[in-house]
Parts: sequence; structure tokens; C-alpha cells
Amino acid sequence: MNPELVATLVKYAVMFAVFINVAPIMVWVERRGAGLIQDRPGPNRVGPFGLFQPLADALKFMFKEDVTPTLVDKPLYLLAPVLALMPAFTTLVLIPFGPEITVAGWSGPLVVTNADTGVLLFLAISSLGVYSLVMAGYASNNKFSLLGAIRASAQLISYELALTISVLAVLIPVNSFRLTDVVAYQQAHHIWNCIPQILGCLVFLIAAFAETNRLPFDLPEAESELIAGFHTEYGAMRFALFFQGEYSNMAALSALGATLFFGGWSLPFIHYPNNLLGGVLGLLTLVAKIAIAMAVFVWVRWTFPRFRYDQLMRLGWKFLLPLSIVNLILVAAMTLAGWL
Amino acid sequence: MPEQYYPVLLALGISIALGVVILIASYLLALFVGNQRGGLIKRTTVESGMPLMDISHKRISVAFFLVAIDFIVFDLEAAFLYPWSLILRDHGWQLFWAVMVFIFLILVGYAYVWLKGGLDLSLPARERGPVRLQL
Repeated sequence: MNPELVATLVKYAVMFAVFINVAPIMVWVERRGAGLIQDRPGPNRVGPFGLFQPLADALKFMFKEDVTPTLVDKPLYLLAPVLALMPAFTTLVLIPFGPEITVAGWSGPLVVTNADTGVLLFLAISSLGVYSLVMAGYASNNKFSLLGAIRASAQLISYELALTISVLAVLIPVNSFRLTDVVAYQQAHHIWNCIPQILGCLVFLIAAFAETNRLPFDLPEAESELIAGFHTEYGAMRFALFFQGEYSNMAALSALGATLFFGGWSLPFIHYPNNLLGGVLGLLTLVAKIAIAMAVFVWVRWTFPRFRYDQLMRLGWKFLLPLSIVNLILVAAMTLAGWL
Repeated sequence: MPEQYYPVLLALGISIALGVVILIASYLLALFVGNQRGGLIKRTTVESGMPLMDISHKRISVAFFLVAIDFIVFDLEAAFLYPWSLILRDHGWQLFWAVMVFIFLILVGYAYVWLKGGLDLSLPARERGPVRLQL
């Protein structure tokens, strides 16, 4: 076989293994984290420290009855959970997870595909995630689902603007859309982008919470108002797919944020060797950064109350959007002045 | 160079196949091992215990459509800015000021939408009826 193809498949398998394990680990982290913050034990019966809880949950999901309500639009109803995993598991090909390495006669950067339009493609694919939610809400034929889906789509498109423009500001000094170049830029300057672009970093952080439908912005689900939002009519493995999609999306956006603002797979002042060891260290660094971001997601979820819907839209349109434009102009001026 | 996008297509295919495989596997498992009782009530639409009274797809607040239109306008702005970010370094301040004019024009539209109440989803704003532009 062609060595380039083998390398691509191996790199994809590595990233796939990271992303497929996010949801089971996060189930445990989320519930134990909630327990820690709310001063209660959390799940602690299945295995040591409740570590096998995700396994028990998965088994339960697998053996549950697959109920399809009579009134649903069946093709769309079944397609929606399938598409829930799509954005995260497609965008992972664009995230660099190590230096350029030489292994067994093959040499190249540790990213599945170093596409010229990397960041743009990432944003384009990740924004396709809204189709899954809208399909689920529409096809369920339930007014709570529909409301959840409409809210979700309005929320996602509102925060996508701020997210897009804050990402755009990062690319101006880098002069390239490739995520590998963003990492190389931060390595060359020995500083993470989050320090000179603190404003953009904050906008990205807030928008990332809204984009992944996490508290304090989980209005599409809002269990106190909408039962469970767009996935009210879903049960068993179909619900589990939405669940996994949410966690995978969180991981994908965390990886993008880590790459854009926190040096990606690299650490300042440390150069990983250009061999297999360097690749493994790079992957571990990236995974550690994703893990920290996920811990912040859990921490924020159990600390802040939910926004009201009009407050959420006001924050997105009247605060984050102008802030991201100000950040863009500042970064552009700083770049031309030679500060970045 | 289209080759660099083949892995993206591959990943797209694998991610969709993953969803399909998981759904089929769980369906078969539940069919042969699980306890499929079914039932008329179980298959009705969730209404928090109340019987289903009327249609589910009701009329939706126009505010959501306004948000969608605003999104298209401002997202196009962001799309125009992307190529600019790539060549800004090579072209210097002249290009910077040219795009500042563009952003200023967009901000005029933004201010108009804001003052018209197009960004407000809250009830009081809608109850005020047709909102007049107050400068």
C-alpha cells in the first residue's frame, strides 16, 4: 500500500481513538464533578470510584427498548442521531497533534490532512451540527422538541458570528489558514495567542459554551421548560448518540481552542524531537489541554445558573459580536504595527 | 489540490457509518436480547402526562426569522473578511483602512437593526408593537 495512505489512516485512527473515548470518560467526570461541587458522592457503586459507570450506562442504552413514537417523521427522525456524531468526527482530521516526524521512512506533519483552508473548513463542518438538532426537533412532531430545535438553531447561528470573527483575528498575524501554521507561529514567538489576544480568547470561550449547548447556555435542552428539548422523543441508543455527539463536539471545539489560543500540541520553550517520541509527547500535550478544557466545561456547568433566552440572544448580538469586531480591528492594527 | 480533502471525505463517511452501525447494532440487540413490549401509550408524543390536544407544529415567533436574516447579513461580512485576513500582512495599512470603511458600513446596518429592536427577543420589546426608529 501507498505509505501516504497508511500514514493518513494511522493518524486518523489515533485521533478517532481519542475522540471516541471522550464521551464515556466525560460521563464519569461530569457526574463525579457534579458530586464534588454539590457536596455529594456521585456514582460510586460500579467499580472503584464508580469508574465502570459509563460501561453500565452503555449496556443499559444498548438493551433498552427502541421506541419510535407513532407521529414522528421516520426517515428524518432516524437520520438526526446519525448526523449528531458527524461534525466532531469529521473536524478531527484538521487538528494537528504533533510535530513533523520521521517514522519508518515516512515523514510529514502529525495532522490527518494539512488542508490549505484548515480553519475555514473546520468552522464550515462544525456548523453543520445544527442540522442534526433541527431535524430531530422537526421530525419528533412534539412542540417541546420543535421549540428546542428553533432555539438551538437561533442560538448556534448567533454565537457562530462571534466565534468566526474571534477565530479570524487569530489568523491575521499567522497569515495562513492551516492549523499547523498557527501552532508553528506560537512556537516561533514563544507565547500563546491567548496572551496578546486575550479579548478574542474570552469571546471564543463564551461562544464555545453556546455552540456546544452547555450550561449556562443550554437553552435548547432547558429541562425545566422544555422537558429535554430537541431529544425529548429519543430514547435508548438514539439518545446516547446525541449525548456522545455533544461531548465529541465539546472535545472538537476544545481542541480548536487549544490549537488557536493555547499552543496546540506544543509547549513554550520546549522542542519535541522529530521522531515517534515527539509525536507521542505532542499527542499527550494536546490531550492534556483538551482534558483541562473539558474540566472547565464541567466546572462551569455546575457553578452557573441558566440564562434566560432573551438574555442569551442579547449577550450574543449586543455584547460578543461588537467585542469580537473590536478585537479583530485591534489585532489587525497590532499586526501591521509589528507588535505581533 | 483536491488530494488534501480526500481524508475529510473519508472521515465524513466513517462518522456517518459509525452512527448507522451503532443504531443498527442497538436495534438488533434490543430486538433479540432486550425486552420489547411496545404499546400504544408508549408510542404517543410526550406531553408531560397530558393527552395530546392539538398539532405540534404551531406558529413560531417572528423574532427567530429576524435572527436568521441578521445572521445571513453578518455572516457574509465575516466571509468577506476571511480572504482579507490572509493578505493583510502583505498589503499594509492601505488595505486595513479600506476594510475599516467596509466594517463601518456594516456597523451602520448593525446600529439600524439594534435601534429597530431587531436584536431583542424579549417580551416587552414585542409588546411595544411596531417599533419606531428613535435616534
